[in-house]
Amino acid sequence: MTEDKDKNQDEDIDLKALSDQELVEQMWDDLYDGLQEPILEGTNILLERKWLPYDVLTKALIEGMRIVGIDFRDGILFVPEVLMSAGAMKAGMAILKPLLAETGAPSLGKIVIGTVKGDIHDIGKNLVSMMLEGAGFEIIDLGVNVSVETYLEALEKHQPDILGMSALLTTTMPYMKVVIDTLKEKNLRDDYIVLVGGAPLNEEFGKAVGADSYCRDAAVAVETAKDFMKRKHNIKAGAGKASAS
Amino acid sequence: MQEDEKKPRKVLLIACGALAREILAIREQKGLENLHVTCLPAKLHNRPALIPARVRAKIRAAKSCYDKIFVLYGDCGTGGMLDVVLREEGVERIGGPHCYAFFAGQERFERMMESDPTRFFLTDYLARHFRTLIYEGYGLDRHPHLRDLLFGNYRGVVYLAQTESEELVRAAERAAEMLELPLEVMRTDYGELAPFLERIA
Ligand code: B12
Repeated sequence: MTEDKDKNQDEDIDLKALSDQELVEQMWDDLYDGLQEPILEGTNILLERKWLPYDVLTKALIEGMRIVGIDFRDGILFVPEVLMSAGAMKAGMAILKPLLAETGAPSLGKIVIGTVKGDIHDIGKNLVSMMLEGAGFEIIDLGVNVSVETYLEALEKHQPDILGMSALLTTTMPYMKVVIDTLKEKNLRDDYIVLVGGAPLNEEFGKAVGADSYCRDAAVAVETAKDFMKRKHNIKAGAGKASAS
Repeated sequence: MQEDEKKPRKVLLIACGALAREILAIREQKGLENLHVTCLPAKLHNRPALIPARVRAKIRAAKSCYDKIFVLYGDCGTGGMLDVVLREEGVERIGGPHCYAFFAGQERFERMMESDPTRFFLTDYLARHFRTLIYEGYGLDRHPHLRDLLFGNYRGVVYLAQTESEELVRAAERAAEMLELPLEVMRTDYGELAPFLERIA
């Protein structure tokens, strides 16, 4: 595979000539290199081969981004490469999104997400949103510098399952506690699953501020969100009569 | 504590490489000859998770050779982990979350962020190295369209000037231009850095 990759630098590979597995692996490489065109082409080829849109998304694109995430964490890739990869994934997703909607796959759940007040870092939050959306969640993105009032309004308005908060600055991390404490005060805390993330956070901090979970990266965020939704449905089913409207 | 009043104590400062020039300038200005300096690479900025262990290794390697060791790092995005290490090693650092705050002054910086968090800060170091660190480092030279993904949320650039230099003001102007943002110049001098070095030396 690596030899193929090297060859690809000079001459175009005929993506159509590749087996499914080879094509998927080639798409991981192209995603890694942030190349939109071959991602678009690869996505279309897999669809022509009667792949389900959901499988193209998870096996080719999301898995590719997971690899990018690992190499970012290990310092092999930096921010521009991650942004280019995310751009390529977004292009592929644009093809898949209407198809996913068509197949009538029910939304896995609703998420309100935003970067906390005082902080305008949003690359991580956007990546998490994109991956969660790809995994089947409905995303309401409040953007950056989000105040507790704005979070509360959005929770009230959209009634999501999950609240996601991001912070990249040591000085803005504590604001997550302000939001969670306000939810507690208003007796709303248990209505939502609260996920937090951002490079300076850790598991312990997540617990200390009263979040349900801290997620290290976008791949973990997807797994965690899915997990909580499964548990939530099990609890509902187990309770027999659901009191929620 | 005061066993050796005559001999000046040997103090080591473990610092971020981005601050080396400023430290040396202050040391010279204030005549702090007993202050020895060793730096970690400035590029650790981009991977703050590595900073605590690297600082710890430096402390352990130097402990036996110095009367006192101090660290010149903000929290720097380690999420409190640098302070955990420093507590364990019994070493003190300059206060504050990052160098922008201790150049501007903690309170002033806090007020600035509270009134408007949409500004990007330059220091002498960043103004001087803007092209390599930000413009090329973030791929804006190769992929101009990343500008909006990176700086779309920003409404201005504030150059916190440590020194009076026409050349650096011009560099800051060029930086702001590359980001397509208005520039404000704010003279901070060495802020809280100078009193910190005087106190520890
Ligand atoms: C890129 C970056 C920037 C870009 C931001 C562009 C943008 N649109 O966001 C630019 C260059 C503009 C920038 C500006 C600043 N930055 Co900055 N920045 C970074 C850097 C290098 C990487 C952050 C990043 O985007 N990573 C890539 C993404 C993919 O990773 P991530 O954010 O961690 O997100 C992942 C996970 O954490 C998780 N996650 C994140 N959010 C969420 C949310 C939920 C709900 C979940 C489940 C998961 C999750 O999943 C994500 C995907 O895997 C960090 C250092 C670092 N390596 O962390 C410094 C860093 C955060 N910045 C820092 C600073 C100081 C600043 C500035 C003040 C600098 C300045 N000169 O003005 C300004 C901020 C001004 C302001 N008003 O906020 C410091 C913070 C220090 C501190 N004590 O807190 C850092 C640590 C660098 C440093 N060591 O000095 N920055």
